[in-house]
Amino acid sequence: MNEWTLIAGMAALTFGPRYLPLALAGRARIPPLIEQALRFVPIAVLSAIITQTTLIHQGAVDFTLSNAHLLAAIAACLVAWFSRGLFLTVAIGLLTYGVARWII
Amino acid sequence: MTPARLFLTGARDTLPLILAAIPFGIVYGALAMNNGLSQWATLAISLFVFAGSAQFIAVTLVASAAAVPVILLTVFVVNLRHMLYAASLMPWMTGLPQRIRVLMAFWLTDETYAVVTNRITRDPELRGLPWYYCGSGLAMYGNWILCTWLGITLGQHIPDITRWGLDVAMVVAFIGIVVPALQSRAQWACALCAGACSLLTWDWPHQSGLLLTALVAITVGVVLERRDNSKANRPAYEAETQSLPQGDISK
Repeated sequence: MNEWTLIAGMAALTFGPRYLPLALAGRARIPPLIEQALRFVPIAVLSAIITQTTLIHQGAVDFTLSNAHLLAAIAACLVAWFSRGLFLTVAIGLLTYGVARWII
Repeated sequence: MTPARLFLTGARDTLPLILAAIPFGIVYGALAMNNGLSQWATLAISLFVFAGSAQFIAVTLVASAAAVPVILLTVFVVNLRHMLYAASLMPWMTGLPQRIRVLMAFWLTDETYAVVTNRITRDPELRGLPWYYCGSGLAMYGNWILCTWLGITLGQHIPDITRWGLDVAMVVAFIGIVVPALQSRAQWACALCAGACSLLTWDWPHQSGLLLTALVAITVGVVLERRDNSKANRPAYEAETQSLPQGDISK
């Protein structure tokens, strides 16, 4: 396999979708309904990524308390909601994960 | 704020996500080497592609001896969510030269997008967004390359590192971004719906489930928001960006 063909192709196919909307911005006005919808993109996509990474392990949904990812996520949700600080959320989340892995 | 200050603020606001990305970069470097890529190719992918999850999926497919077109198609589909991100940034692009947009596009990642939209929500009148954005982007980029290199080096000594479950760092960082952003009923519904739907579709090929999930959750959010707005006798949608100057700041 030619590694460099792969790299060039990956670079093009990553940059293309990222650039296309930015390149076109300003030439056409986005309809208000679409703009309203796009405002929900971060919440929708990040929530989906969070849920999948937390609960899917070894090809199955793991909704038990022996899932260290789940415990870390619950701790992070609580800290994020009450403190609203990103640093603290990451720190407590990782700490919870470490402790859970150590105990389980 | 001066451009230099905005640039540094962007980098500083990204710091928690940079910390969370460190294990990701290291694991990527180690995994790519394990899977038979040369160290130059491993590093070049981080340098020229710069897309965390797409890189992971690509090196996993390399290990299973997938054909190059299959790998490329998968990379493309995985990156489609960035197209959604870029589309949502369109209102802030008016008046910017294309070379800045090229740079912003290259540095568009989940992390920088999360930090930048967070900032826009808190401060919709922000001037000099490209500086803030590029501060965040460059910090993520530099860190990613450094960590890839670290992973290449460490991976040769600690073969088990790819099994430590280090992706948890990214999860808690994203939680720190999303949870405080949930204010309205529509936003809550959108997040819960995305979670539920992603569990129903996680085994669909090439993350097609993720795209459908986004579509469903966004629709739920929009429908609820419009309904709540009409109940409160507000217009169905008030574009915040209309208060921004559309490329003619001189006026």
